[in-house]
Amino acid sequence: MAQQVIVVSGGLSHEREVSIESGRRVCKELTRAGFDVSESDVQASLIDLIRSLDHPVVVPMLHGGSGEDGAVREVFELMGVHYVGTRAPACRASFDKALAVPVVAKAGLTVPKRVVLPHEMFRDLGANVLLDLIEDKLGLPLFVKPTMSGSALGASRVDRIEDLPAAMVNAYSYGRTVVVEEFIAGVEVAVPVFDFGEGPLAFPPVEIRPASGSYDFEARYTAGATTYICPAELDDATLKAVQDAAVTAHRCLSLRDFSRADIIVRDGVPVFIESSVAPGMTDTSLVPLSLATAGQDFGDALAAVVRQSAIRQVESSL
Amino acid sequence: MDLPEKRVETRLDPYVDVYADRTRGLKASAVRALFAVANRPEVVSLAGGMPNIADLPLGDLGDLVSDLIKTHGPTIMNYGAAQGESRIREQVCDVMRIEGIEASPDDVMISCGSQQGLDLVTRTFIEPGDVILAEAPSYVGALGTFRSYQAHVVHVAMDEDGIIPDALRAAHIAATSAGRRVKFLYTIPNFNNPTGITQPVERRREILAVAQELGLLIVEDNPYGLLALDEPVKPAIRSLNADQVIYLGSFSKTFAPGFRVGWVLAPPAVLKKLILAQESATLCPPVFSQFAISQYLETWDWRGQIDSFRQMYRERRNAMLRGLDDHMPPGATWTRPKGGFFVWVTLPEGFDCDQLSARAASHRVAFVPGTAFYADGLGSRNMRLSYCFPTPDNIYEGTRRLGEALLEEIELRSTFGLVDPALARELPQHPEVI
Repeated sequence: MAQQVIVVSGGLSHEREVSIESGRRVCKELTRAGFDVSESDVQASLIDLIRSLDHPVVVPMLHGGSGEDGAVREVFELMGVHYVGTRAPACRASFDKALAVPVVAKAGLTVPKRVVLPHEMFRDLGANVLLDLIEDKLGLPLFVKPTMSGSALGASRVDRIEDLPAAMVNAYSYGRTVVVEEFIAGVEVAVPVFDFGEGPLAFPPVEIRPASGSYDFEARYTAGATTYICPAELDDATLKAVQDAAVTAHRCLSLRDFSRADIIVRDGVPVFIESSVAPGMTDTSLVPLSLATAGQDFGDALAAVVRQSAIRQVESSL
Repeated sequence: MDLPEKRVETRLDPYVDVYADRTRGLKASAVRALFAVANRPEVVSLAGGMPNIADLPLGDLGDLVSDLIKTHGPTIMNYGAAQGESRIREQVCDVMRIEGIEASPDDVMISCGSQQGLDLVTRTFIEPGDVILAEAPSYVGALGTFRSYQAHVVHVAMDEDGIIPDALRAAHIAATSAGRRVKFLYTIPNFNNPTGITQPVERRREILAVAQELGLLIVEDNPYGLLALDEPVKPAIRSLNADQVIYLGSFSKTFAPGFRVGWVLAPPAVLKKLILAQESATLCPPVFSQFAISQYLETWDWRGQIDSFRQMYRERRNAMLRGLDDHMPPGATWTRPKGGFFVWVTLPEGFDCDQLSARAASHRVAFVPGTAFYADGLGSRNMRLSYCFPTPDNIYEGTRRLGEALLEEIELRSTFGLVDPALARELPQHPEVI
């Protein structure tokens, strides 16, 4: 009998639409790989569905919100159901950029200079004085983003200090805490990491060149709006350094099965931006592209991590 | 992992250099992506304009369709005339008579919803760069159609009675003086989408007079005219002039949108071209749907059904206005529509409703930001709220959630000096939870 798999996508998150697209693609790939696949949103019937199946493996394809902050995965742990991907506590730490970046920095990777502040600090201490302090510390240009969001939602580059208040408000639209960091100019790359049971393995870095100059939501999800080069146009030593950085981030954040590291190469040095525990798997996502370039079938890779999860399940029940 | 020797460069779409220029506007959008949240059951959606047709007599309609198939199956499931079936065109004339239009069925063409009628009109008249005048703001679906034919939309200022005639004249003169060809005025005179504003009869006459003076064709889009909630139905602009008005009608709001049956009433020469355009677009509008609606009009008390829709939408409209009165913050204003589906909210200087839509989603309420209804980037302080679909209780709850989101937004924006600090001072003070 084929292994039963539940792909969970959607959820109540700003990235719901992207999640549904990722879920659809993953369903297609896993069905092609021979699994007995069901789809579900995050809803009450999901619990019933999990209970109705025989030791299913859950594949959370939820982007943003409770999908990446570990909350939904905590429920899977509570139910004793096995799932693909990073465990709940590590999700909590890695999804919050305020928590994850210092961990990665401690592991020796270069990270941007940054300030992390909730909205209340600006309200209580005065926005002007804090914005001046930020400019003094980080200079210009800056990059502003919510601590817990993806798909570049709420993120923007700031070149003039007078544009910083609007950028802050935009970022706070997506969450209560915001990261302001020095803008890193360089080669923007994404590096998928998969662990097929023998330790994390970095796939070829994908270089991102948005036609508009900004890899925003539109550039990410409009086919044709961005040129991707894989492997990135970097020398071999730098490519290796980028892959090593992605693996280091995967390890030190205790990520499981797969992740995607976003890195900017500045003067030959990889600067870690963030790692995603639920990287996009849509038709315009970078993980499938990188795998294909490496000759790795995307469906086979997903199948491998599902089987791995099923084995974890058998082992844990012994 | 070893790196592959061959480098791949891709834009993930092999046809990216092959698409027509007119597809350039078809891009992913973070604001549009948020609408996916509106489908979640815990979210009150004040975003969509979907009619509430749950109260239609579905059992009777099922019998009606079943009988149609049994008695006329071979006809209604075959191709038909590009102009549409003759019986339904006669019935459409009966429907239009309610709004004072006297027309011949020969001058009517059935379309796949009035949206397709608008598409065919635009296709027939517009060369790339031609100007279409439209209300400021105007229906997002029309703007999409105009964009797809590379028209240049010039918005005309409105007041509480709709398009301002002097502004219409000025916009036309400015466009023609700049060497552009103005092809038509697109207007929704009744319960305008998105503002809910209705042109009084006198204003319709004034607009028509300006159009006559300028030799300007009017495209009158009237999906909501029969859904007047507080007052008698007004005469259509087309009832005042048969030669200079193309009228678009629809059964989507007064019966059911799934049938996709609308119509175009046009001067004879124009209609001939539209029929040829219809032939090349679809061969014929859906015959099955035409017969189904025709049978419905023939056998059902459709006027009574519209009355019952009015009652249902009146309750919803009232719930929304009550909710807005109770929950909107200082400085916000909104229209008080006498029919249709929509209320248009205007926020004070310094707000951005695209950004607010993300915060609203976190508060489990959805709306359409005002920028969707302008071709020129305006509307950031506006939002369209629909009261057509949720229950009255949910509509009221939706306005409460929106009010919460707005209070947060005011506090945030006043912190960063983006709105008048006086707005924040007027807010109720919430003690911090520690």
